[in-house]
Amino acid sequence: MPTSTSAPRRRRRPPTNPAADDAQLLAFYRQMVLVRRFEERAARAYTEARIGGYCHLNLGEEATVAGLAAALDPTDYLFATYREHGYALARGIAPERVMAELYGRTDGVSGGWGGSMHMFDADTRFMGGYGIVGGQVPLATGAALAIEYRGGGEAVVCLLGDGTTNIGAFHESLNLAALWHLPIVYVIVNNGLGMGTTVEQASAEPELHRRAAAYRMDSARVDGNDPTAVYDAVRTALAGARAGRPYLLETVSGRLKGHSVVDPAKYRSRAEAAALAAADPVAAYAVRLHGAGLLTDELIAEIDADATATVAAAADFAEHSPHPDVSTLFDHTYATPVPNDARRLPGEPLFPVPANGVPA
Amino acid sequence: MAKQQIPLTGAQQLTIGKALNLGLRRALEDDPKVLLMGEDVGRLGGVFRITDGLQKDFGEDRVLDSPLAESGIVGTAIGLAMRGYRPVCEMQFDGFSYPAFDQVTNQLAKMHYRSRGRITLPVVIRIPYGGGIGSVEHHSESPETYYAHTAGLKVVTPATPRDAYFMVQQAVRCDDPVVFLEPKARYYEKGEVDLDAPVASAEPLFASRVFRAGTDCTVVGYGPTIRVLRESADAAAEDGRSLELVDLRSLSPLDLDPVYESVRRTGRLVVVHEAPTNLGPSAEIAARVTSECFYSLEAPVQRVGGFNTPYPASKLEEHFLPDLDRVLDAVDRTFAY
Repeated sequence: MPTSTSAPRRRRRPPTNPAADDAQLLAFYRQMVLVRRFEERAARAYTEARIGGYCHLNLGEEATVAGLAAALDPTDYLFATYREHGYALARGIAPERVMAELYGRTDGVSGGWGGSMHMFDADTRFMGGYGIVGGQVPLATGAALAIEYRGGGEAVVCLLGDGTTNIGAFHESLNLAALWHLPIVYVIVNNGLGMGTTVEQASAEPELHRRAAAYRMDSARVDGNDPTAVYDAVRTALAGARAGRPYLLETVSGRLKGHSVVDPAKYRSRAEAAALAAADPVAAYAVRLHGAGLLTDELIAEIDADATATVAAAADFAEHSPHPDVSTLFDHTYATPVPNDARRLPGEPLFPVPANGVPA
Repeated sequence: MAKQQIPLTGAQQLTIGKALNLGLRRALEDDPKVLLMGEDVGRLGGVFRITDGLQKDFGEDRVLDSPLAESGIVGTAIGLAMRGYRPVCEMQFDGFSYPAFDQVTNQLAKMHYRSRGRITLPVVIRIPYGGGIGSVEHHSESPETYYAHTAGLKVVTPATPRDAYFMVQQAVRCDDPVVFLEPKARYYEKGEVDLDAPVASAEPLFASRVFRAGTDCTVVGYGPTIRVLRESADAAAEDGRSLELVDLRSLSPLDLDPVYESVRRTGRLVVVHEAPTNLGPSAEIAARVTSECFYSLEAPVQRVGGFNTPYPASKLEEHFLPDLDRVLDAVDRTFAY
């Protein structure tokens, strides 16, 4: 780790991702459609009571998901928020494992223990969704510090929502990252609303990327409805981060539904909802590729059918995966043995009375 | 303690503070993945000088001066631990650990469980705790109940230089997060430590210990109250009463088998801590002892601790903290049944 007075390190290597070519442009579309269909299927499973608890969807965020994930190297680390299903998919985790996690089943990404908000997969360096706003931000900063210690060209991408920029840990983390020249990109996914509170109602500086100025950190705002814009912006940000210049990127996109599946979003006017639907990033991107000659009506239908079949299979897989066994309730509270570990199941007496009623 | 020039070998008379300093030095020597981080731990050597000289000898990369940002410090340590490091974070005072409470309880304690054992977080949070230094709230608190109540954390506290030296090394080697509570009012107490003894020769980290045998009443304490227990036993002996003293050493997990064994012989128990008794560690201990030793008890378990108030004005703290009189009074009460 450089000390606070040392210069930023030299770039360790040039960015490895090429500019998006036609194949990549189509890949963005496939990814976006998969996320869209997956989230729609998840919402349906929720209303069917297959999924419990809280469930936050990436609907409206598909372009950001696709562009961001494609810009990462396989060895980069991604820390996500509780709105992470799409990122888990785009990072390469099998859809059936993501869906099974939503269903709380043992074949899920986190064995059914994480649910919608706490997916984690070391193989793809997907370092978790986090169920509390901003919980991941200092952790991602520490992971970047670890890269700095170990040496190597990896970087960390830390997702956060617009609301997170108002919590203390956000500022503590950006300060540390800039002070210590850490290889990290913080990405604010600005969907305009922290639950039902607008960015303008919550942030004295609503152009959130400008907050980087307080830490002399490079930053930019980009159209989160355009996967190529997000892809390019993340590549630029990662190049800086790998050279020891952490970066704050803000992507701006809409949230097509409520904060979570159970939120009817009544704070939004009918006109606002209509405008959001009209700006649907998946449809807009299809039109764009169609106009460029990359998509045909037939291909659109084929991609859609593929995605629909994939998520249907994922839901079927999840449906048939077993629930975690109650005997595992006490597992993994600690990594090391716990003397006197009682491992009492609920309802069992705290101190069982011996059969003869007389303690030893 | 910083000025104490100690040969780093053989049996030495050390303060608790110096023993912690040398224990951390050993931990840094033994494992290159061990890092110390916190506010002023480097150049200044820590607000109580526990890390004195370590940055000079191990460098700014191993002993990090971090900004004033407890949540950021602990969160960053978690990230480091996720990638294989063993960070030791210093909180300057007990009350200063509360800004990091979110990271400690929501992330540090739960990650191993949440990840089904795929992530271990060998993080030590060092917290000087307890009163008796003439300070007020934030600087004199006993937060052990908060941390011991949180599954996923282990909570230990040394009361002697020997325990300080070995327990801090054991805590660093533990693959679970450990909240390491240091009785700050006892930093200057001296005792013998064999610096040549290997860590493996020390008692287990999570074991309690009977440190004075007695026959009439069992008195349990930990950390800063161990001195009070010793004084109480000396005074009781003059009155012809023999107290058996137990140092819990670990608050999570609790090791109460030696306490049960003792209570079955003495029939009486007094639990002493500086933390408020209301829902405090003594409440749990009393419940468990009552269940385990019901037929052996001659009297209800008595508790001596802080009152159900915020930490009081410095001029009133002597009334708040358990002392010889209050402990002996509680012992007397166990004989009144």
